[in-house]
Amino acid sequence: MKLYNGGKIITGLVIFLGIFLAPLAYNVGKAAYTQPKLKMPENEKECIESKDFMRTKHMQLLNDWRDFALRDGTRFYVNSKGKQFEMSLQKTCMKCHTNKAEFCDKCHLDASVTPYCWDCHIQPEGLKK
Amino acid sequence: MLEKALKGSPKYYIWVGFLLLVILGASGVYLMQLMQGLTITGMSRDVSWGFYIAQFTYLVGLAASGVMIVLPYYFHNYKKFKDLVIFGEFMAIGAVVMCLGFIVVDIGQPQRMLNVMLYPTPNSVLFWDMVVLNGYLILNVLVGWTCLECDRQNLPHPKWSKTLAYVSIVWAFSIHTVTAFLYQGLPGRHYWLTAILAARFLASAFCSGPAILLLVIMLTQKVTTFKANVEGIATLAKIITYAMIVNVFFFLLEVFTAFYSGIPGHTHSIVYLFKGLEGHAELVPFMWTAAALAVGSLCLLIPPRLRDNLKILPWSLAILVIATWIDKGLALLIGGFNPTPFDTIATYWPTGKELIISAMIYAIGALVVTVLFKVATEVKQETGASQKEAVPVEN
Amino acid sequence: MNHTRRNFLKFAGLTAAGLCVASAGGALAVSGAGSTIKDGEKALKAKRWGMVIDSKKLGTKEAIDVLAKACHSVHNVPNIPGKQNVKWIWADSYEHGFDQPNNYMEESVEKRQFALLCNHCTNAPCVRVCPTQATYKRPDGIVAMDYHRCIGCRYCMAGCPFGARSFNFMEPRLHLDLATLNKEFPTRMRGVVEKCNFCVERLAMGKQPACAEASNGAVVFGDLSDPASEVRKLLREHYTIRRRPALGTEPGVYYII
Repeated sequence: MKLYNGGKIITGLVIFLGIFLAPLAYNVGKAAYTQPKLKMPENEKECIESKDFMRTKHMQLLNDWRDFALRDGTRFYVNSKGKQFEMSLQKTCMKCHTNKAEFCDKCHLDASVTPYCWDCHIQPEGLKK
Repeated sequence: MLEKALKGSPKYYIWVGFLLLVILGASGVYLMQLMQGLTITGMSRDVSWGFYIAQFTYLVGLAASGVMIVLPYYFHNYKKFKDLVIFGEFMAIGAVVMCLGFIVVDIGQPQRMLNVMLYPTPNSVLFWDMVVLNGYLILNVLVGWTCLECDRQNLPHPKWSKTLAYVSIVWAFSIHTVTAFLYQGLPGRHYWLTAILAARFLASAFCSGPAILLLVIMLTQKVTTFKANVEGIATLAKIITYAMIVNVFFFLLEVFTAFYSGIPGHTHSIVYLFKGLEGHAELVPFMWTAAALAVGSLCLLIPPRLRDNLKILPWSLAILVIATWIDKGLALLIGGFNPTPFDTIATYWPTGKELIISAMIYAIGALVVTVLFKVATEVKQETGASQKEAVPVEN
Repeated sequence: MNHTRRNFLKFAGLTAAGLCVASAGGALAVSGAGSTIKDGEKALKAKRWGMVIDSKKLGTKEAIDVLAKACHSVHNVPNIPGKQNVKWIWADSYEHGFDQPNNYMEESVEKRQFALLCNHCTNAPCVRVCPTQATYKRPDGIVAMDYHRCIGCRYCMAGCPFGARSFNFMEPRLHLDLATLNKEFPTRMRGVVEKCNFCVERLAMGKQPACAEASNGAVVFGDLSDPASEVRKLLREHYTIRRRPALGTEPGVYYII
């Protein structure tokens, strides 16, 4: 079987594979990824839910909190242990996690996600011009 | 078939290159708008929609206008429109693309635009406008492309394409009716709050749209081997004339209702536009120009001898287009927002940046129309349909 | 809304169950299981919130500016000069606020300024036209906004016959004093519409709206559906008008003339 335009096809494939594999090549020999060290709250040991839950599901939780508080007008969350929290990013979450740069940003930067929370919500450090 | 758009004469390349240059250059200004916000426009708290939405409204009319060719052809078997049908459909595609473009550039948070589909809201007319516009786009792409492909291969059009063409005829009326409903259902905006607005929109669409289409077709005849049926053109000009008469008549109905009743809410917007109010007369010269041109176009279109004169016709159409554009692409929005809910006048004028971004959308539309018309004329040349007598060698 | 809540709780429970299985009988690091949501104990509730503004007591620009300042600082409303400004509550004349012109007005009313704000209409056109339900009607009559969802189409601004809505044409933080922000309330972002929210966030915490609190009793807030409420008492005892009643939007803000 003859491959028509073989030269062009193979060149194209090589270029494609080159670009496709570039990130892998770039990272060869680099240290393995480690989870960033977050600055945890000093006075509070327990979050509203378990650490695992918060790590994997905080986005869904915040999404639901937003709808509960804003759209349903129900503003308090009672966790499994019966402890009550106001569903508010600024008034609850950030009261303990007082450092966005050392807490939120660390993982978000590594994961290359840019949640738009902070376009409106005010980070605990305050805003600077 | 799209490959036909890749090869053309040097003139064709220059034109396409020019459009791409405009799009590229203006997209820089659009990026600026994305970064700074709509503050770069002339819009304000009181005139919260401006040039973008006005162009959107005008172009919905252009999109709907293809039906003035498609309807006689399909419903009345009017064969003289046969060679024009594809251009009507392709023009509609270009127009809807521009409509969607103007919506995108007008929105404050375009990256969230899909919220309209994620949270479908049937009580919002904007939701329905999204539905009908996208539907109309799909219908025209399907019908236009399929029929052209069949023509090219000398095959009969598939049955479903005819069914969809029928659907698209009814659909065309819906897109402009729904667009009028965007405005005419709002309490407290007297210039829009009138049952005849949708009818006015349709009348103005059915004169201005085919006028633009006919001008573009005349241009197409100049630069390609395509030659439209002369009787077809005459019929279309007649349709344009009737629609313009109805358009002017409907506007006069508004004037009567407003001034005979004397209700301030009804008169104020019209007074602001034509005479000025509270010391603001920015639009007065435009409005009287529009009025003069509207009358002028009718004078040139109503007498058959002038209408059928192909030397005069382009001019008659051009002034008709300017008149309707001032009415709908400028005054409709500004007149609707003035007087404001506080009975004050808030002046609005598009900024240079706003106009450049609008030029970008218009260039995108022109590019779409150019490419589609190129394909259509090439196919017609290939099949020998509707060609000039002496076929020039070069395209 | 209820089904989303149910889904959330179901989802939280499932996740918890999953985690329990994964931890294989270890310590019950329960997350989300059995979690519920509820209203705050102090939350103020009503069937139909409404407001009565005594324009005799609150009739000058200076007095209304005090309220505007209280409102705007609590809600981080930017102070933008020019016609692309943002405002939740402001002062304007009778002639501009009410479409009941009278050539020979009583002098005090003619010169009086009125506090204008979102009317939280029963038949709100802004709610009707919003294509994403970013503006919505709460069961207690408040016309609220979800700024996360707003696409900035400004249809609500065209729909509102009271000019109560403002669009963030630019980044609002450029026009805020960042040092004095209320850190318990967000700002808005560029490209969304905003307006008065009848202080829903304060009502949930048992507080009166900021303008009512700052008004020395000239602005009274309460339940219009409760005949015993103070707003109803005021409406019984005084002649009141609403803005543009002929449009049928049923505003929830009344003015004592």
